[in-house]
Amino acid sequence: MDTLIDNIDIFVKGFSNTLILFAWSAVFSLILGTIVAGMRVSPVPIMRAVATIYVNTIRNTPLTLVMLFFALGYPQLGLPKLDYLPLAVIALTLYTATYVAETLRSGINTVPLGQAEAARAIGLTFGQSLSQVILPQAMRAVVPPMFNVLIALLKNTTIAGAFSVLEAGAIRAFLSERGEPALIVLLWVALVFVILVLLLSLVQRYFEKKWRNA
Amino acid sequence: MTSAPESHVTTSDSVVSVKDVQKHYGALHVLKDINLNVTKGEVVVVLGPSGSGKSTLCRAINRLETIDSGEIRVGGDLLPEEGKALATLRAEVGMVFQSFNLFANKTILENVTLGPLKVRGMKKSEADALALKLLARVGVENQKDKLPSQLSGGQQQRVAIARALAMQPKVMLFDEPTSALDPEMINEVLDTMVGLAKEGMTMIVVTHEMGFARKAADRFVFMADGQIVEEATPEEFFTNAKSERAKDFLSKLITN
Repeated sequence: MDTLIDNIDIFVKGFSNTLILFAWSAVFSLILGTIVAGMRVSPVPIMRAVATIYVNTIRNTPLTLVMLFFALGYPQLGLPKLDYLPLAVIALTLYTATYVAETLRSGINTVPLGQAEAARAIGLTFGQSLSQVILPQAMRAVVPPMFNVLIALLKNTTIAGAFSVLEAGAIRAFLSERGEPALIVLLWVALVFVILVLLLSLVQRYFEKKWRNA
Repeated sequence: MTSAPESHVTTSDSVVSVKDVQKHYGALHVLKDINLNVTKGEVVVVLGPSGSGKSTLCRAINRLETIDSGEIRVGGDLLPEEGKALATLRAEVGMVFQSFNLFANKTILENVTLGPLKVRGMKKSEADALALKLLARVGVENQKDKLPSQLSGGQQQRVAIARALAMQPKVMLFDEPTSALDPEMINEVLDTMVGLAKEGMTMIVVTHEMGFARKAADRFVFMADGQIVEEATPEEFFTNAKSERAKDFLSKLITN
């Protein structure tokens, strides 16, 4: 307990960065992932191709490599200079969006084809069919696996330690310098993560109920 | 064997014109040299054995199926590529499916208003009024707040007809609209369709319902093996079918 109380500043700082990384990455990857999923089921071949290539390259790359690319490679590209935190958000977003897209696509595939045909037959555009008819019906099937993706994202934020972002995964390294026992620190970090994931599961339960009859 | 149908020249009142259309599914030639012209107010019933290409033809007319070659025009306009222009054109073509395909996430009323609201940009009050009028016409207005799954098949199919009518289409396509229905529900749907035909709606109907065909059709199109084998008035077709395929088809209908 002393380990936690004596170093509460570092814990708070670490976990608040974790939550910031998580929140931004979650929002952006849900947006990007939805767009990419739409492209993957689009009637336009070029859209499908671009989305497929993106998903297959990024999803098949270890997150650590994606992170390192943004940490080490990006600053040399001569693009606008960014802090490590936004760079970490970009890396996490690009990585997680591929999973969001695939999860949504599997949900879209549970919706009978006739629904899309009927939507197109009354003159809805592809985007309208998706947003009015297909995605609302896909949601029910998508909630549990989507929360798996979000939980993985929450934990993946720890890899941002490679960016010198002080987040939860980096707490141990900081506190080792203060002479705290590493094992105890890690147990506390793990406990907080378990609590955070439990909170996410509560949110999941809410959405499962909400979309049960969709 | 192919009896040349009386030539239907493309005129200004042509609503649907299909010219030299070919389509393959792999090695299977599902649409062979299809030519068809449907004029305003005409009710064309497409008959034929299973797998003869009737549904494919029906679905090709609003490009739910693409074709390999040939041309299809609706209201004089060539079917465009996938995109906004195609969506606009599809809004002019009502489609009723075998499996109803009502939007499962929307109420009966919302099913009918969706097109007017999103495609036509109608105001909600107007769209609701239009939808209620159409639902009343097909006799399901008291179900308006239910979800499709709470309705019987016959009711669902009538809602599907109302949904298509809400777009004020130039032509209605019916792709075996009663094939998925219990026998006692078939008539309520057919009666709705006969009513539409009497009011002058241009219709292309793929069906096995001979009673309806006889009552409502201006012209029969008989298809077999991807080809239009014969075109005739109902009277001619029943009493004096020319092709062997049609005679064979008719004899099976009668013995059943």
